Amino acid sequence: MLTKRIIPCLDIKNGRTVKGVNFVDIRDAGDPVELAAAYADQGADELTFLDITATIEHRKTMVELVRRVAKEINIPFTVGGGISSVGDVAALLKAGADKISINSAAVKRPELVEELAQEFGSQCVVVAIDTNFIDEEWTVFTHGGRTPTSINTFAWAKEVESRGAGEILLTSMTSDGTQAGFSLEITALLSENLGIPVIASGGAGTEEHFAEAFTKGKADAALAASVFHFGTIPIPQLKNYLSKKGIVVRL
Amino acid sequence: MITIIDYGLGNLASIKNMLKRIGVKSIITDDPEKIAAAEKLILPGVGAFEMGMNYIREKGLLDVMNQRVLEDKIPVLGICLGMQLLSRHSEEGDAEGLGWIEGDTIKFDFEPSKNLKIPHMGWSEISQEHSSQLMHEMYEDPRFYFVHSYHVVCDDPEDVLLSVDYGMKVTCGVEKGNIMGVQFHPEKSHKFGMKLLSNFANNY
Repeated sequence: MLTKRIIPCLDIKNGRTVKGVNFVDIRDAGDPVELAAAYADQGADELTFLDITATIEHRKTMVELVRRVAKEINIPFTVGGGISSVGDVAALLKAGADKISINSAAVKRPELVEELAQEFGSQCVVVAIDTNFIDEEWTVFTHGGRTPTSINTFAWAKEVESRGAGEILLTSMTSDGTQAGFSLEITALLSENLGIPVIASGGAGTEEHFAEAFTKGKADAALAASVFHFGTIPIPQLKNYLSKKGIVVRL
Repeated sequence: MITIIDYGLGNLASIKNMLKRIGVKSIITDDPEKIAAAEKLILPGVGAFEMGMNYIREKGLLDVMNQRVLEDKIPVLGICLGMQLLSRHSEEGDAEGLGWIEGDTIKFDFEPSKNLKIPHMGWSEISQEHSSQLMHEMYEDPRFYFVHSYHVVCDDPEDVLLSVDYGMKVTCGVEKGNIMGVQFHPEKSHKFGMKLLSNFANNY
């Protein structure tokens, strides 16, 4: 039996953890390595590090930070932000990342998904999809959620799956930073129609939101930042809550 | 001292780091001479089956690995892909393995109605099929982190040490004398994984 995963996300800028509300205002929430180790001890199932400024400023991601994190923590972690080539990925995996996530670069050149899956295996290729509900349609956004595309979110998810993605990290821009709950409908649509795991992201504010992500949203994992960083929802408490609700988690 | 075999497929530092944490020295190498002098081997788990086997052959490691493991009987632990390499053959790349364990590596194949995702990715509880020093004083209900699309099927049920329920009973640990393998990643499985690595380091 596979347990549902809880994944704290550490948004990184200049080697520090930050969290943007709707990706705009940014607050400083600590040292990533320290925070990562604390999360691992609290029972986080995985961690995700997103270099939120990498794509925009065309910076390469944080090989050095990855190396430090890999030394300190013994749970799996994913690194994303600004990754656009096989070479970028090779460097991050070699530094100790378990998975990488790509976003804008995959939209720009979908073949990248295939190249990475072939070179490193699907299991380490996460495709992050930022989506927003625009004109009655869930649409893909790129560049940290700033740039709209004309791509339908569901069609894009199916495409990256067929190209070899191992997992989808679905962030709803509608919900992100609002703490009003995950976007359950689009999460369920993807999760029920894809053969790869879907991580729900964006909007976690209460324990109930997490439970809904798994029950109504059918997600395989739920990712959040602020509620964990600022201690609103301690992970052990969250997992106990989910367990009592009949959701199988690693306690 | 544990010798971690480098077959050119990415990150091995996490295993080395976890061993260091539990006070065990290790080296990462693809040098046949160092492997000839090894006391204990870890076959790590990154990459594709065929690439791993090709690397072992190209670097001239196959003979010395066979010598140390089959003749000299030093303890070896295969992790994830490393466990699959212990088998005779894998459907991944239709490639021949080390053949140290009687069994084959096959791909998960589920009816769509089962709604089971591949790879099997995440934390799962496992069951132990018989007693083993590898699981000595293990925490209650141990859970380990898995990422795999292929799994080993043993000919001899006696070789199966651990299993996990994923659509069916799946072998996720083997032990045959000095040859051991686990399908999950102990180096990513927090306290459970540290305990297993420490058992491998100290009890064999």
